[in-house]
Amino acid sequence: MKFLKTTTFLIAAGLAQPLIAQEAGGRLDIVVQPEPPSLMLGLVQNGPTQLVAGDIYESLLRYNTDLEPQPSLAKSWEVSEDGLTYTFQLQEGVTWHDGEPFTAEDVVFSADVFLRETHARLRSSLAYVDTIEAPDDTTVVFTLKTPFGPFINAFEVGTMPMIPKHLYEGTDFANNEMNATPIGTGPFKFESWEKGSFIHLVKNEDYYLENKPYLDEIYYRVIPDAASRAVAFETGEVDVLPGGSVENWDVPRLTEMDNTCSTSKGWEFFAPHAWMWLNNREGPTSDVRFRQAVMYAMDRDFVRDVVWNGFGTVATGPVSSKTNFYSDDVTIYDHDPDKARALLDEMGYDGEPVRILPLPYGETWQRWAEAVRQNLQEVGIEVEIDSTDVAGWNEKTAQWDYDMAFTYLYQYGDPALGTSRNYVEAQIEKGSPWNNVEGYRNPELDLKWEAAATSASAEERQELYNEIQKEIVDDVPVAWLLEIEFPTIHNCNVQDLVTTAIGVNDGLRDAWIKQ
Amino acid sequence: MTFWKRFSSNRGAVIGLILLIAVILIALLAPVIYPGGPWKMVQRPFLVPFTTDGFPLGTDTLGRDVTAGLVHGARVSLLVGLVSTLMALLIGVPLGALAGFYGGYVDEGAMRFTEFFQTIPNFALAIVLVAILQPTLGSITLAIAIVSWPPVARLVRAEVMSLKRREFVEAAHLAGLSNMRILVSEVLPNAVSPIIVMASLMVATAILLESSLSFLGLGDPNIMSWGYMIGAARTVIRSAWWLSFFPGVAILITVLALNLIGEGLNDAFNPHLRKGRT
Repeated sequence: MKFLKTTTFLIAAGLAQPLIAQEAGGRLDIVVQPEPPSLMLGLVQNGPTQLVAGDIYESLLRYNTDLEPQPSLAKSWEVSEDGLTYTFQLQEGVTWHDGEPFTAEDVVFSADVFLRETHARLRSSLAYVDTIEAPDDTTVVFTLKTPFGPFINAFEVGTMPMIPKHLYEGTDFANNEMNATPIGTGPFKFESWEKGSFIHLVKNEDYYLENKPYLDEIYYRVIPDAASRAVAFETGEVDVLPGGSVENWDVPRLTEMDNTCSTSKGWEFFAPHAWMWLNNREGPTSDVRFRQAVMYAMDRDFVRDVVWNGFGTVATGPVSSKTNFYSDDVTIYDHDPDKARALLDEMGYDGEPVRILPLPYGETWQRWAEAVRQNLQEVGIEVEIDSTDVAGWNEKTAQWDYDMAFTYLYQYGDPALGTSRNYVEAQIEKGSPWNNVEGYRNPELDLKWEAAATSASAEERQELYNEIQKEIVDDVPVAWLLEIEFPTIHNCNVQDLVTTAIGVNDGLRDAWIKQ
Repeated sequence: MTFWKRFSSNRGAVIGLILLIAVILIALLAPVIYPGGPWKMVQRPFLVPFTTDGFPLGTDTLGRDVTAGLVHGARVSLLVGLVSTLMALLIGVPLGALAGFYGGYVDEGAMRFTEFFQTIPNFALAIVLVAILQPTLGSITLAIAIVSWPPVARLVRAEVMSLKRREFVEAAHLAGLSNMRILVSEVLPNAVSPIIVMASLMVATAILLESSLSFLGLGDPNIMSWGYMIGAARTVIRSAWWLSFFPGVAILITVLALNLIGEGLNDAFNPHLRKGRT
């Protein structure tokens, strides 16, 4: 009887599936925080820009939540056996928002000319590329000098957005007046931008996928205060709160509301990874025993449960467990104050005070710094919190004027794209808060990072990354804290909101509203 | 004795004094009552007040004892209030006295300088100063002093101007005393009572200013203060009202006490005024 019930249920579910047809129409209101400086994704790639511009621009591929490539502007692709040739077949009948056809020439222009000039992160991947060619209108061939394993991850919209050649060729990219009215191939077109209030996008009627997109229009709403954003969601004024747009303390209250859904998916590609830079150059933090003591002193589970409301995973090392080539075969640093004290005794720590620089991103980060300070004080480390604003934080980390500084960075799906930059010696350079700010030097590991990036075989890469992770975790160049999860909170009527590894940043191509 | 009698005949002033003494005692005894300091995470977060023994006012977002925070916060509030008021007096009194006594260009210069500060809204200037100097206890105290001295200078100037035409000052002139001596030993002592009254109110204002700065996140992050407690609790005000309520009450009581005392002092120094009023 029970069996029967189960099967009928399964059959019913199977039948029901096609009945839930996506309904077209409707308007969606989403919070964007803070207001983006520009919507030209080829020039600016910060979070809020990508959130909005992900609807306007597209790239060749999308990635599902397991980081497997999916078709976007490319309908199929092929990687040669030796890992040197990437051939893409483009979708047919794609047009730019101004009606011009999108062709392989646009891809060549975007990657080889425009983004090579404007996009620092892509440029370091393009260094491995020998030629980019368009044998015909719908075929693009990337030929690499050496194999570069993570290259298949470089076709995400924020990494390689397609830029219209007919509007930008031969112009001054940064000052092109089209930057104010972005033209892409995406499912939504730019309509208007009321500074300080909202950005309005409308449906692209000529989109190349049949019936898509479903929504008629989208309003990205700018609401500067976190509490007001929460209230706007409660009153139904906005339908979607993208990850990180309300304070963590508000999340449980909002998700308990009727007809409210939340998901922590949609961050797999970025895999935001939080740690404290520990200044490896000077002061107590230059001693590896001190750094290990810091790891043992911190109660990271407590912070995860209390400050982050249970969202996220305690980080085991430099690579996020959501990123490819993660390994958990490393030293695990549990909360063990006695071990921390023993290490401090062994090194002869003399009570020299250390400064903590919190991230100036709101109350959550301030509380986090306070919790860490308390943990460290309990094992006998003298700690002070420096207070700073965003500009001051950038300045201090870029000029190496800190002892311990909170940060979090994206991993971009592959250690060679998002992880190695923080640990190899070639990336030690003042002026950037995204490189090897801590000043960690390990020439032997540098070779392994390089070998792992340029190996054509996935098994070999995995092996090298396992070795790297095992060794670097014992050195504690930085104090790894948490794999952060930012839940996306939305009205349950909004369906298929998060379908890829970059979530709402990939645009709302598939989203629809249940009436 | 007569002064104390006049002061104590104002019941509000006495209550204010008792409250203030209580706050001072709590501040002095803070390290004895809560030797672990206010930052220690002692229990699970968000304990509701009056439900757990030993944590009468509950715990905050990180499980820190709210009572310990209040007790240690009293030290900061009083310290900032007193020191910044003293500093403001040190700037305002000499400037106002010189301007009022010498008049002419000195007066013009000093008053234009004072107006320069008065035209900028107090709180806005304090925010700018603290942001530039980096928030520490010292810079916050200094910023509050810098925005609070102009009214003192104005008051002292007015007092000195009215006093300097009195007969005893003229007599001192005739007796051949130097200007400085006359100002310091004849004029200023007679202007002390309004200054004291003003100072007691300034302490209250300074405490409010410090709390406002901390509320905005411009407090010294290493020092627990009432304003910090309210600011940090703002994001959870819907789910944990007590985190902002109790520090608010503490600020209210202290500021009220100081205002009552100021009122009482005013009555005690100016018995004539008081008779006229009642």
